[in-house]
Amino acid sequence: MFIKNKIEVQKVRKGFGTNGSRLEVIEGLDFKVGDGEFVAIVGPSGCGKTTLMNIIAGFQPPDDGAVLVDGQPRHAPSAKGIVITQQGSVFPWLTVRQNLLFGLADDLPEREALAQEYAELVGLKGFENNYPHELSGGMLKRAEIARALVVKPEILYMDEPFSALDALMSLRMQTELLRILAKERHTVMLITHDVEEAIHLADRVLVLSPRPARIQASFDIALPHPRRVSSPECQALRVAILKELGVTAV
Amino acid sequence: MKNGRKNQALPSIVVLAAVVAIWWMIVVATKSVIFPTPWQVVTGTLELARDGTLWEHIGASLFRVGAGFGLAVLVAVPLGLWMGRVHGAFITLNPLFQILRPISPIAWIPIAILWFGIGNASPIYLIFIASVFPMIVQTTSGVHTIEKRYLNAAENFGVPRNKLFLQVVFPASLPQIITGMRIGLGVAWLVVVAAEMIALRSGLGYMIIDSRNAGNRYDLVVAGMIIIGLIGLALDGIMRLLENMKVVRWRYVH
Repeated sequence: MFIKNKIEVQKVRKGFGTNGSRLEVIEGLDFKVGDGEFVAIVGPSGCGKTTLMNIIAGFQPPDDGAVLVDGQPRHAPSAKGIVITQQGSVFPWLTVRQNLLFGLADDLPEREALAQEYAELVGLKGFENNYPHELSGGMLKRAEIARALVVKPEILYMDEPFSALDALMSLRMQTELLRILAKERHTVMLITHDVEEAIHLADRVLVLSPRPARIQASFDIALPHPRRVSSPECQALRVAILKELGVTAV
Repeated sequence: MKNGRKNQALPSIVVLAAVVAIWWMIVVATKSVIFPTPWQVVTGTLELARDGTLWEHIGASLFRVGAGFGLAVLVAVPLGLWMGRVHGAFITLNPLFQILRPISPIAWIPIAILWFGIGNASPIYLIFIASVFPMIVQTTSGVHTIEKRYLNAAENFGVPRNKLFLQVVFPASLPQIITGMRIGLGVAWLVVVAAEMIALRSGLGYMIIDSRNAGNRYDLVVAGMIIIGLIGLALDGIMRLLENMKVVRWRYVH
């Protein structure tokens, strides 16, 4: 289904601390993400998911191993892959419009039009001149997604993107994300502890083991969108994934 | 809302009125010939306002504060931003500033006179010295406390350095820079009065000392003090307006 590999994680190892009290966080992690694929990574909390994301996005170097993007080793973050985190990083001192313009080159002639287009895409038309503190949590998330998409990144790295929102808003944002991704195909790496979110969104779910993190299991989800998380197929997947995480689902 | 504000202001107005009343009663009760009643202060002030000397003194003091404080802003903000971003600059310069900062500006007066004579340059230098350090410290700390997630996001988008500075580092530090300016201007106003008491022939500080020396005019001494207080309050009010600017509102709402 995915002809080309977009991201290759090769034997990545990461630990913190010095020899005496060294904490291995990630141990020999190996996986590939296809071009245009949506991969979700689930794991118990504190298993090094965020560290893994930082390494893949280029914010931290691995102790060992390598991360290749399009076959090239990655050493620093780039606008090719934009990170969206739980806390969010929409600049509070810039308006929505200024935030969307931030990643676009100053001499790009169509930058204003692009900012306009993406504000509309995420449903923020009419709020372009508002400051982030004047927006609700869900709208802030939309602004963050728009700011990421407007620079046309090839990869989206999402680290618990919706977990700070309430359950209803989180579901709504998941549907929104699918709607947007149906319009423009991106490679997505989603890190989450929400198994249903992973099943709802991803083409493949990787389950991480407790620290030091390894890949414990991998589930392909070939179901078409839109998916009903309450369907028997999805529920069977959910039970299987939770079992890998050591939870007996009811 | 408006009504609520009025109600909030009421207790402080009552206290002010009580202070004036007690002051008046004590002066009358003690039959003091030197210490003025509030009314004598008012008539003394009007007298100075009419012959124009009051405005000259206020103008002289404000000019010195404007010049010294303005120079301090021009030096402190760029220097503070640089020290905040460049670790080497911080560890090199910060100890020096931490030593200079606790020295009272009053202690600089002899040196200021030695270096700059008894013209306007001395008080301007003193005001500069007094206000530059708190502003450097606040600006640097403003840069140091920028949340990592914003710097990471900026790095992620790979914007050029000037854009990083103008759209992230500077606006993110701006609330703290304004706090530093508020502190700096407050200190500057304290210092100008002290400096004018020593060597100068104009300004509100000079007016106070001169009123005492030339015939124990304590009504003008007290008038000078009250005017200093009111102008200080107004200056702080202007700085508070800066805190209400839209680009820094985010810092104060939650």
